[in-house]
Amino acid sequence: MQNYLLSIVLFTPLAGMIALLFFPKENKTLIKVWTNLVMFVGFLVSVPLWFYYDRSSAEFQLVERAEWIPSIGARYIIGIDGISLLLVLLTTVIGFLSVLSSWSAIEDRVKEYYAFFLLLQTGMLGVFMSLDFFLFYVFWEVMLVPMYFIIGVWGGPRKLYAAIKFFLYTLFGSVLMLLGILALYFHYYTQFGTYTFEIAELMRMSIPLSLQKWVFWGFFVGFAIKVPMFPFHTWLPDAHVEAPTAGSVILAGVLLKMGTYGFVRFSLPLLPDASKDSTTIQVIAWLSIIGIVYGALVSLMQKDWKKLVAYSSVSHLGFCTLGIIALNPNGLSGSILQQINHGISTGMLFLIVGIAYERRHTREISEYGGLSNVMPAYSVVFAIAMLSSAGLPLLNGFIGEFTILQGAFEVSKTWAAFAVSGIVLGAAYLLWLYQRTMFGPITNSKNEKLSDLNLREWAYMLPLVVWAFWIGVYPKPYFEILEKPVAKIVKRIQPDYYRARGLRDPLPAPVPVAAARPTP
Amino acid sequence: MVTGTFLPLIWLIPLFPLAGAALMLLVGRRLDPQGTHGHGHGGGGKAIISILCPGAILAAFLFSLGAVLELAARPPVERSAEVIVFEWMPAIGAPWGFLLDPLSSVMVLVVTGVGFLIHVYAVGYMAHDGGYYRFFGYLNLFVFFMLMLVLANNYVLLFVGWEGVGLCSYLLIGFYFLRKPAGDAGNKAFLVNRIGDAAFILGILLMFAALGSVEFTRVNELLRSGRYAPEAAQWLPWIALCLFIGATGKSAQIPLYVWLPDAMEGPTPVSALIHAATMVTAGVYVVARSNALFVLAPDVMSLVAVIGAATAILAASIGLVQNDIKRVLAYSTVSQLGYMFLACGVGAFWVGIFHLYTHAFFKALLFLGSGSVIHALSGEQDMRKMGALKDKIPITFRTMFIGSLAIAGIPGLAGFFSKDEILWQTWSSQGGAHRFLYVIGIVTASFTAFYMWRLMNMTFYGTSRTPHEVEHHIHESPKVMTVPLMALAAGSVVAGWVGIPKVFHFPESWPSLEHWLAPVFAGSEAGVAAAGEHHSAAAEWGLMALSVALAAGGIWLARRMYHHKPELADGMEQKLKPLHTLLYNKYYIDEIYGALFVNGLAKGGGTLLSRFDAAVVDGGVNGAGWMTRFTSSLSIWWDTWIIDGSVRAGAFLVKLASYPVRVLQTGLVGSYALFIVLGVILMFGYYLWK
Amino acid sequence: MHPVTTVHYLFLSAALLIVGTIGVLTRRNIVVILMSIELILNAVNINLIAFSHQLANVHGQVFAIFVITDAAAEAAVGLGILIALFRNKETVNADEVDILKW
Repeated sequence: MQNYLLSIVLFTPLAGMIALLFFPKENKTLIKVWTNLVMFVGFLVSVPLWFYYDRSSAEFQLVERAEWIPSIGARYIIGIDGISLLLVLLTTVIGFLSVLSSWSAIEDRVKEYYAFFLLLQTGMLGVFMSLDFFLFYVFWEVMLVPMYFIIGVWGGPRKLYAAIKFFLYTLFGSVLMLLGILALYFHYYTQFGTYTFEIAELMRMSIPLSLQKWVFWGFFVGFAIKVPMFPFHTWLPDAHVEAPTAGSVILAGVLLKMGTYGFVRFSLPLLPDASKDSTTIQVIAWLSIIGIVYGALVSLMQKDWKKLVAYSSVSHLGFCTLGIIALNPNGLSGSILQQINHGISTGMLFLIVGIAYERRHTREISEYGGLSNVMPAYSVVFAIAMLSSAGLPLLNGFIGEFTILQGAFEVSKTWAAFAVSGIVLGAAYLLWLYQRTMFGPITNSKNEKLSDLNLREWAYMLPLVVWAFWIGVYPKPYFEILEKPVAKIVKRIQPDYYRARGLRDPLPAPVPVAAARPTP
Repeated sequence: MVTGTFLPLIWLIPLFPLAGAALMLLVGRRLDPQGTHGHGHGGGGKAIISILCPGAILAAFLFSLGAVLELAARPPVERSAEVIVFEWMPAIGAPWGFLLDPLSSVMVLVVTGVGFLIHVYAVGYMAHDGGYYRFFGYLNLFVFFMLMLVLANNYVLLFVGWEGVGLCSYLLIGFYFLRKPAGDAGNKAFLVNRIGDAAFILGILLMFAALGSVEFTRVNELLRSGRYAPEAAQWLPWIALCLFIGATGKSAQIPLYVWLPDAMEGPTPVSALIHAATMVTAGVYVVARSNALFVLAPDVMSLVAVIGAATAILAASIGLVQNDIKRVLAYSTVSQLGYMFLACGVGAFWVGIFHLYTHAFFKALLFLGSGSVIHALSGEQDMRKMGALKDKIPITFRTMFIGSLAIAGIPGLAGFFSKDEILWQTWSSQGGAHRFLYVIGIVTASFTAFYMWRLMNMTFYGTSRTPHEVEHHIHESPKVMTVPLMALAAGSVVAGWVGIPKVFHFPESWPSLEHWLAPVFAGSEAGVAAAGEHHSAAAEWGLMALSVALAAGGIWLARRMYHHKPELADGMEQKLKPLHTLLYNKYYIDEIYGALFVNGLAKGGGTLLSRFDAAVVDGGVNGAGWMTRFTSSLSIWWDTWIIDGSVRAGAFLVKLASYPVRVLQTGLVGSYALFIVLGVILMFGYYLWK
Repeated sequence: MHPVTTVHYLFLSAALLIVGTIGVLTRRNIVVILMSIELILNAVNINLIAFSHQLANVHGQVFAIFVITDAAAEAAVGLGILIALFRNKETVNADEVDILKW
């Protein structure tokens, strides 16, 4: 059973979707119950991954291989390491909770909606688990279509514009990424004589710097659009604002992590020389810092609640990309942990917006005000979500932010100084938002009779609240999971990072940097 | 291994108030369902809260007392107990660990002791307000974070408490959240604090990079023994500076003090606890805790002293003309905090802590007393509408009188010993500018006496300026409020006796705060003490007399202006109108900050960038979309007319050529079959012929 | 009596072939056309069997089996098309189905 655990996790949602196709579309309750059940089961089967994962190894675990298309060298290979383990768990949790949150929000074409969500779930899990580039690309593209429909069919007033913008923009990036993949694919052939998409094999190549740079920037466009990094971020506000609540939650919670995951999993280990090239570092670092500050400032002046949270994602993920380009253990592990944290805290914030939207059907901040008078439990949960996003110590955001700052600081004190301003600005827009929506007397009579959190809403907010506190108070298990995979990546880029600083090396065995050209 | 009954369990101390806060969060509503609008007493549920929350603080106090006594039983060199609970953030070497040493024991006893009295007071003060359970929940949460702050054994865990008290401050300042000014004040407090916090984080990161540790014991050991890397030495002043900037935010010094006066929007017990006795002292605590670092950065020490003195006099000058009783006290707090930093800046760290400790008593007393006055006057806070209350609310009057004497520095009371020690240390310490700082300090002292007696006269003496409806309801506060006042008054008298100056020649065995704190500041005292020896006792007596004289003078002047001859005050105000307006409007600093940073950088920047984002960045994307569509329509034209045109022309030709053949297409299966057969016969025939 | 030789079979086969062909060409009912096509195929079968017997090898018979199978499939498909046609046009008269006209 353990041998196939990953496939089970991966295909449970898909199996659920196929079964769903046979259900009559009139029986909405059955569809909803079924989907929630499937997603919950999907979460349950992913829990054992936490326990089966061996923290003492940096290699990929629970690997499954099968031949798929031998003529082009594409195989079905899936496996996880510490990094993808955390992201897989994030996906199963957020996926389940966002489906749960759609219960009363979607009443129209219910069957299609839940079918798309299940398909999307498999796509996301596949991206994180794939160890074959072709498979990875397939899953990457599979994610786009359901998301397009979810925005385009069940979205807000400008849903078509937003959906098409999202789809084409990200597709453009994906195509450039594909070019990069193919470049690597063909280069491997010239070195080893066979065609393969397997990532472990591709890591054995020695790639000249010029090719590395081309591929890196090709990948960069694809990943940067996904993250999203400044200035490729403008699809995000529209997509988030127009998407239905659960769509926003899954978009912010999981889909945005694909970009950063791509950097960590592919750009850095496969193209180490391009990654540590000084131009690369400066460009990415400064784009990240601009993202942090710019995202926060723009957030501050938004009048649309969801757009505010959307821009805050740009700011938060600026921290994550800064951590990645620091190319050291603190930066990388902080970045990955912060990605999980962002999924939790921004996921919570979007759920919060959704709860308000379901009652009032407006996203204008000015329409609200004084809500804590009538919804006290909601205001507490919102406060926790807000503080988690702002990085208050004892909540998850602080741990990630601080670790990233530590990593950034090691490389450049200037970076850290600029990034730290994001902490101040973050508090500014969040607190102001909270005040405008929650505090003060009720100015709009439509807000007077709003109901507080119901049982279902508690059910999907509470796990995230608990998780936020868990990471904030006791982050050690997470850092343990990340230690070795992160060390492996760091050593690929800077082989004597640990030795040069006199630090304990988590991976004493030498990591293969790049194989020499095989003798013809 | 830490031995003892209480000492190994010091990690429990913060958990008492945390339990209280958690209970309030979970079941508070059920105990006191009166949410935000409450009237009158709530009955049994409220009583449970009234016992539970102050009780949690009392439990923390007693536990801390037990631990401190155990600590005191040890010889001075061993008075340090460190307990690590678990590994929290290994990357920066920050465990979830606690340290009880002489410094943190002073802090913990002040926080829990004064905190307990304020909780008891609040039971009475908040009895008529809505949100009782929320208030006590937040208050307990605050004490939890404050205890984390003072008991932490490393800078990162301290920072947890640091930000946490900021959060609680935000929640409590904005407690009356139905009022917009309250919400705004809460925001202002949190944001201004956060600016300091950002600097603090940089300081921690610098410290870890330079010294490899953020734990107090390890850092102090490295710094005192000099066993840090030479490259690290150049960073030490920067670390100190960053930590100090953080401290200016939390402790309301220049330039980040602007949040404190606005914080008076919160209920008075909040002002007493957070903005007088505890949270604002966190900055002083950090500087004192980092004394080994600061003495290695003399320029930063000077900066600390200068800012302390400057803040002291600036705030005092503003306090001279304020009319809201709480604002006077707020500016007084900022001013007194300046004194504490001045002390630390000149190297007299123990004196800074001494003043922190005495100030906790009399400032809490003054705030609670003012709360009592406000309570008596049904919410009036403007001193121009007070007067002649001394006989109507005698206990409040007498306790506030004692508090005012203490803060003014009248001999025998707590403030005298601590403030005088600060002034003496400033005068006698090394450094040319220190004489100048002394002058600032002594002038501030006279201001202090003046504004306190202005307050006392306007509030308690003279003729009553309160409107009639309010006058009828004037009543002394209930015991639950007056007993803490009396306790604090007693403290304001005796607290100073642990810092009797040496010139008084008390016996060596008399309890001395300086001796108690000596292990913590060992090594930092060297520079200061040596300098101090050179000055004579005569100088010390002389200065002491001078400050008492100035205090008395201030009191006399205030009494004259506000009691005997009120016209004098108004006259002066008229003659010095520009100066008065400047002071009254707090030197317009808030307005400058607002224009520059809030509306300028933040909001202006935000609006500008939003427009930039929508027009330029997104415009680029939309432009790309437009470009694509335009190119597409060009392609469409080309495709339709040129490409497809040629195809269609071809098709036409084919159509033409096919006419004869088309005729054969009858659509009837039979005719097709005929053609097949004919064809076969023809083929056959051909072969037969051949 | 003359013995039955191969030639007789060939004549039979030719006769069937001609009958079938005329049937395909002249009859109007599509079902009958299909039956005529079957006749042609069967004629071919007889031819094959005759030569197989004469040449004393099995090839002809094997091929005949192929043809039978093929005939069956083709009849099925043809009838299917017929039914579809009938559903749409309500007629099985070949003269009336001329929509594929130019």
